[in-house]
Amino acid sequence: MSFTQAALVAVLAGAGTYLVMHRTLTRIILGLGMLGNAVNLLILTAGSSPGNAPIVGEQAPVADPVPQALVLTSIVITFGVMSFLLSMAYRGWTIDGNDEVEDDITDRRLAEEPGEPVDHGEPT
Amino acid sequence: MIPLLLAHLVAFLVCLAPGRRSARWALPVAAAVPAVTFGWLVSQSSSVLHGDVPSANLEWVPQLGLGISLRLDGFGLFMGLIVSGIGTLVMLYSTAYFGRRDDLGRLAGLLVGFAGAMLGIVWADGLLSLFVFWELTSITSFLLIGFEDRSATARSAAQRAFLVTGLGGLALLAGLILLGIQGGTTSLSELLANPPSGTVTSVALVLVLAGAFTKSAQFPFHFWLPGAMAAPTPVSAYLHSATMVKAGLVVVARFAPAFASVGPWRALVVSAGLASLVLGGFRAMRQQDAKLALAHGTVSQLGFMMVLLGLGTPGTTYAGVAMLLAHALFKATLFLSVGVVDHSAGTRDMRRLQGLARALPITAGIIVVASASMAAIPPTLGFVAKEKALDALLDTGLGAIGTVALVGIVAGSVLTVAYTIRIAVGLLGNDAPGVTVEDGARGGSGTGALLEAPVDPSGVHAPSLAFQGAPFVLAALSLVLGIAAEPVGHWLAEVTVSLDPATASKALHLWTGVNTPLVLSAGIITAGIASWWFTVAATRSVDAPYSTATRLYDRAYDSLLAGARQVTAVSQSGSLPLYIGVVLVSVGAALATALLAGSTDAISDVPWANSSLEVPLVALTALLALAVLGARQRFTAAVLLGGSGYMLAIVYLLQGAPDLAITQFLVETLTIVVFLLALARLPRDFHPAPSWAPRWIRIVVSVVVGLTVAGFALGTSQSRTAESVGDDYLALSEPEAGGRNVVNVILVDFRGFDTLGEITVLAVAGAGVVNLVRAARRQQRRKQLSDGLEVEERSGRPSEVWR
Repeated sequence: MSFTQAALVAVLAGAGTYLVMHRTLTRIILGLGMLGNAVNLLILTAGSSPGNAPIVGEQAPVADPVPQALVLTSIVITFGVMSFLLSMAYRGWTIDGNDEVEDDITDRRLAEEPGEPVDHGEPT
Repeated sequence: MIPLLLAHLVAFLVCLAPGRRSARWALPVAAAVPAVTFGWLVSQSSSVLHGDVPSANLEWVPQLGLGISLRLDGFGLFMGLIVSGIGTLVMLYSTAYFGRRDDLGRLAGLLVGFAGAMLGIVWADGLLSLFVFWELTSITSFLLIGFEDRSATARSAAQRAFLVTGLGGLALLAGLILLGIQGGTTSLSELLANPPSGTVTSVALVLVLAGAFTKSAQFPFHFWLPGAMAAPTPVSAYLHSATMVKAGLVVVARFAPAFASVGPWRALVVSAGLASLVLGGFRAMRQQDAKLALAHGTVSQLGFMMVLLGLGTPGTTYAGVAMLLAHALFKATLFLSVGVVDHSAGTRDMRRLQGLARALPITAGIIVVASASMAAIPPTLGFVAKEKALDALLDTGLGAIGTVALVGIVAGSVLTVAYTIRIAVGLLGNDAPGVTVEDGARGGSGTGALLEAPVDPSGVHAPSLAFQGAPFVLAALSLVLGIAAEPVGHWLAEVTVSLDPATASKALHLWTGVNTPLVLSAGIITAGIASWWFTVAATRSVDAPYSTATRLYDRAYDSLLAGARQVTAVSQSGSLPLYIGVVLVSVGAALATALLAGSTDAISDVPWANSSLEVPLVALTALLALAVLGARQRFTAAVLLGGSGYMLAIVYLLQGAPDLAITQFLVETLTIVVFLLALARLPRDFHPAPSWAPRWIRIVVSVVVGLTVAGFALGTSQSRTAESVGDDYLALSEPEAGGRNVVNVILVDFRGFDTLGEITVLAVAGAGVVNLVRAARRQQRRKQLSDGLEVEERSGRPSEVWR
């Protein structure tokens, strides 16, 4: 891994973090995609040194195939998650006309309401 | 033994199966299981007592010594006979007590499950088995105490009992684990044969005692037991006599001979036991409900047995075991008889009961015999056991602590005699005054106090014979075993040898001649009668069922709930972005800690760049990524992210990962397509959403997370300590899997199941997408339809309904 690659990990992770802290679901999805890219790059570059493609018969140095196999799975899964979230954004938009993540009203109400007294029954 | 426990489990399931449907067969079926157990134990008894100890193991994790491990020694046999014998009688009694009810299946199942769990405790040899069965009794007793689940009192009592005994069970678990580590064994018998010592052992023993005290309702954990009488009477009878509260005593009895002299054991046992003995006695004097008075009496008696069994000398252990038997017999009898009285007279309030001695002569006789055993009046088993206890306490050889125990027990026994007479006279005596009830409480018209009249004895109906069978058998045993003290004592000596070999020479006698214990007994009985006589008027007007400990517990419980509410109010603001921010900052902090804890010097040999092409590529990727942050339109942002992803694919290519590059290209393209499909419906621009934190905080969080992740990446890349398994895959790929592209071979061959899982995840996500989109479309169509209907209605044309 080189400092240049590390800098790219930093930029992708930072930008992804900034995006997922938004309220708009579309931005959160974009942020997740970017965080996915950051982590994939991290696993690939931290896990092996650069080299030739891991194909039998290639000349040394050959790159480690294990991080590649892991990241390949991860790319596909990230795509699945993003598609699912996008369809949720679409569904949310048909319900209330926007794709913003609202505050959880139940949590708010729980914080404001006094608790119900517990019934301890007849004295024993 | 394991088939017997399994039989209990099967009976439990079978009886629960009918649910709320009537199941009159359930109680007899359930009673058969402890009856068979009793028979088997009788058939085993002679070989067990001659030292042929059966054991059974069901291994789970043998490397850690975990599994179900049982051992039937003399004491296990003795307790097993009590648990299954009284269990059978209680279940038969229940058939008469409950008559027709729809939830008898549940009751029978829980009772038989409870009996099975209790048998597990008394037979357990593995430390883990002991804990598991211990907690099983906590759970089943919770369900039994809360059996009348429509009553808030019963629910609350069940919860108290469960929390107290359940938390005690956790203390016991901690203690058992420590002892297991110290003793180097998970077998109870091996641990007791070679007891460890030292500070850790002392701590472990305090934890074990905490567990035993909660289960056996010892001060200051005694309050759950009187509350637990919210359970139906047969359940209370079983809980108070043979099971549950005896579990703590069983553990103490097993541990005391080996551990009594270690650390604070004796001091704790004697102080908790005597406090419970005296406190329970006092509180029993102040009750008007006969069942509640008996419940407080149980706390008192348990304290007595705790002292005896906890002292751990051969004499006290032997007397304690005799007392266990006597107590199980008379306490079960009394509870069952109170149930009979309650059924016949319609109340358990001792201020309203009168003339029952003539109306219910058999029950009255049973109550008198059992009370005599409780008050240690000859010739009952209670008397014989108490004599032995006094004899042993006079000669403990323990110095001051033995004297304290003796004095405390004599004082407590005076109270025992007093409340026993009070209960017996209260149940059976004449001239009941009636209960004065405040008018307001009864919804009257404000004419002052009303009298709830005494029960008219002529209206009391006699109970059926089946109803009286169980208490009759138990009371007869109290009497017969007392008269047959010599053979019983011989048998008990054979039983107790498994706890402490030095008890082999002990014996019971009904008549020992005039000696110190006899004089003490006579004094106790006289003083007890005197205390009853002088307090009889005063105790009629007090009714103090609610104990301070219960109130304190309830207050603590309420403040726990209030505290949880406050913590929730502070920590759960309801804002998702805030939660995400907290999660990410925590991840950053964890990574930074890991980085600082590891060595950071290794980073010095990291190159600036691997190739000259890398720097411009990385710069372009980063610029595109940063541009996403500033994008005003959804479409622009999506395309910029896609661009950044394409650039990243080239970075992968430089790293030597062509497969990744191809995948990244394809997926990035697909992502843009999906975005386009979704964005076609969504508004073009981002609305400036209300923000949960100022912009600069979000920027600082992002920068910190970015930098720590990158630092972590650098640290990890330099920390490899073992060779990668990738070399093996490279070498094996062609000979084993017949493929040359190693990444592909890993995905479809070496780690094929992972890929199968991945495909499944994708399929699930795809199904989710399809359904969400369909639901959204349906809703839109319905909305259009209802808009259309309004138009049609206004124009007065008939509407058409579509589906």
